[in-house]
Amino acid sequence: MKRAISGWGGYPQVDAEVIAPTAVGACSNWLDDIVIARGKGRSYGDSASGNKVLQTGYLDHFIAFDHVNGVLTCEAGVTLRDVLRLIVPTGWFIPVTPGTSYVSIGGAIASDVHGKNHHHTGSLGEHVRSLHMLLGSGETVVATPSEHPDLFHATCGGMGLTGIILEATLQLIPITSSRIDQTTIKAGSLEALCEAFETHAQATYSVAWIDCVRSGNSLGRGVLRLGEHATTGGLNFDAGDPPNLPLYAPSFLINKLTVTAFNSLYYGVATHNQRASIPLLPYFYPLDSIGEWRRLYGKPGFVQYQFVVPYLDGVRNMRTILARIAASGAGSALAVLKLFREQNANHLSFPMAGYSLALDFRLTKRVIELFVELDAMVVDMGGRIYLTKDALMSESTFKQTYQRWQEFEEVRARYGAIGKFASSQSRRLGLA
Amino acid sequence: MKNILIVGASSAIAEHCARIWASRGNQLFLVARDDSRLKAIAADLRIRGAAAVHTRAMDARDSDLHESMLDEADASLGNIDIVLMAWGTLSVQAECERSVALTMAEIQNNGLSVVAMLTLIANRFEQRKAGVIAVITSVAGDRGRASNYVYGASKSMVSAFLSGLRQRLHQSGVAVVDIKPGFIDTPMTSQFTKGLLWVTPSQIAPRITNAIERHRTDVYVPAFWWMIMTMIRMIPSWFFRKLSL
Repeated sequence: MKRAISGWGGYPQVDAEVIAPTAVGACSNWLDDIVIARGKGRSYGDSASGNKVLQTGYLDHFIAFDHVNGVLTCEAGVTLRDVLRLIVPTGWFIPVTPGTSYVSIGGAIASDVHGKNHHHTGSLGEHVRSLHMLLGSGETVVATPSEHPDLFHATCGGMGLTGIILEATLQLIPITSSRIDQTTIKAGSLEALCEAFETHAQATYSVAWIDCVRSGNSLGRGVLRLGEHATTGGLNFDAGDPPNLPLYAPSFLINKLTVTAFNSLYYGVATHNQRASIPLLPYFYPLDSIGEWRRLYGKPGFVQYQFVVPYLDGVRNMRTILARIAASGAGSALAVLKLFREQNANHLSFPMAGYSLALDFRLTKRVIELFVELDAMVVDMGGRIYLTKDALMSESTFKQTYQRWQEFEEVRARYGAIGKFASSQSRRLGLA
Repeated sequence: MKNILIVGASSAIAEHCARIWASRGNQLFLVARDDSRLKAIAADLRIRGAAAVHTRAMDARDSDLHESMLDEADASLGNIDIVLMAWGTLSVQAECERSVALTMAEIQNNGLSVVAMLTLIANRFEQRKAGVIAVITSVAGDRGRASNYVYGASKSMVSAFLSGLRQRLHQSGVAVVDIKPGFIDTPMTSQFTKGLLWVTPSQIAPRITNAIERHRTDVYVPAFWWMIMTMIRMIPSWFFRKLSL
């Protein structure tokens, strides 16, 4: 039985046969057709969509937790939220976390997710100790940075295209409090904001919200939020799940007027140099407090655009792109700027030394045209687009910007993944 | 710390209840068919905080095995404070209609085998004058419908049995909780198209464990099914027969 599925953005919709094995050992029964693993469906586009998807939701068991050394082994379908519920009260935290806790561990590894500490800590894959992988042949292998290192590095960030991640072992980081000491820095322009990133490079966590409606001198004005793990306040994580937004908003809700108003308000209420102590959840996952927040964008859905441009000329290039987005009038309320450290060893990992910007667009025809233009600019600037957010990139953009794609394909061939694992994204991007 | 026996422990609903009980430091005895799944679930529950987790691989549909399983659970747990019975199969109605053997098998799976175990547990708890018996039945047992009346009839038998048992055991201080789930997104219902009324096991498990703690009687999960089933029961049969539900 087929049904329509989509990523978090709601676009594109793909008719899929969804299978949901109830045990790790049962996954190998489903390799007769081409399949793609799917965790919580939180990648935005079509990277976890295909004709046949293997949902890992029931593979949600913890396997081992070493309280002393902070090493956790779990099945791939365990969510980050479940992990936090277990580890935070015992004084551990995940070394790298994306902006939502409703992702599966398998999906987070396949996306090689980055967080607000990328400039120090790198991506999640750099903290994975080992993976149990189901290969196209039905065989299960262990991949670590030293055992089958090619498979390991192709899998971290490999969008599920090398095999199915069954289990993962992660190195955690110690914390003494479940609160974050946050410092807010306001910057009136993109240049001032990027400078603030540099000045505060020692901060453990740093991320900026950016106003992508403004043009001219105040283009790229924003609010930088720095964070450090607090040392007092206790270790608590008593988070339930919030209620879902029950209905789709009318698609005109998010328009130039409401976005401009939201942005001015957001910038206006932020206080420069303000210090505050806030719990982990609202600091790392502000949007997790509204279930199904994507419905704010209405039924047609939305697309997220996240790109990185290299550090050299990064500020100037970012200004050029922001000016184009501001001129389009299509930009969203939630635009996020982040400074990355250098590229890691994973073939398709997104981050590279430079500035990254992520923003949402309500899906319209005009936005699809804008993306083509933005893609060309990002290619020219030597940057790239995040596969986890992508729904529209062309094959040539992908192959020009992910320079190790051929090497990635060689690893896939070596481990029997070709003709076994594919998503609608991988087909669009011209991977075998 | 409570001692809890869960039969049908690999059912998604039972497993999510077990996670709540484990995180509160209770001791569990799990029974399910598949030993490797049972071991994975047990390891998970230990990490989540269970004081101890014992397992026994057994097919609960085979009532000849019940007595020895209960002896083993009693021996491992000391006294059983709570038993949750959660096994079952979702019958394919159309196939049952073509096969007497299949119809009988489904009634054995979802009805008779439950009644058999209830008989043994009831006597043990009555003698001890303590304990909570909780059974996952179904809203399908509230009224037979063309789309799944074989399943519904077996669940209905269990609900009627529980109602009588509850009266009998009331004086002995034993509570009997009939849990009636509506549409729950589990491996058992994987073939259904999911609409607005569907919820996940993790969403309903807290309601079930609360109901067991508070010795509630008939518990619809989610609660709005009480309203739906009350209305469905009120429809006169001469009219109900024309509906396709």
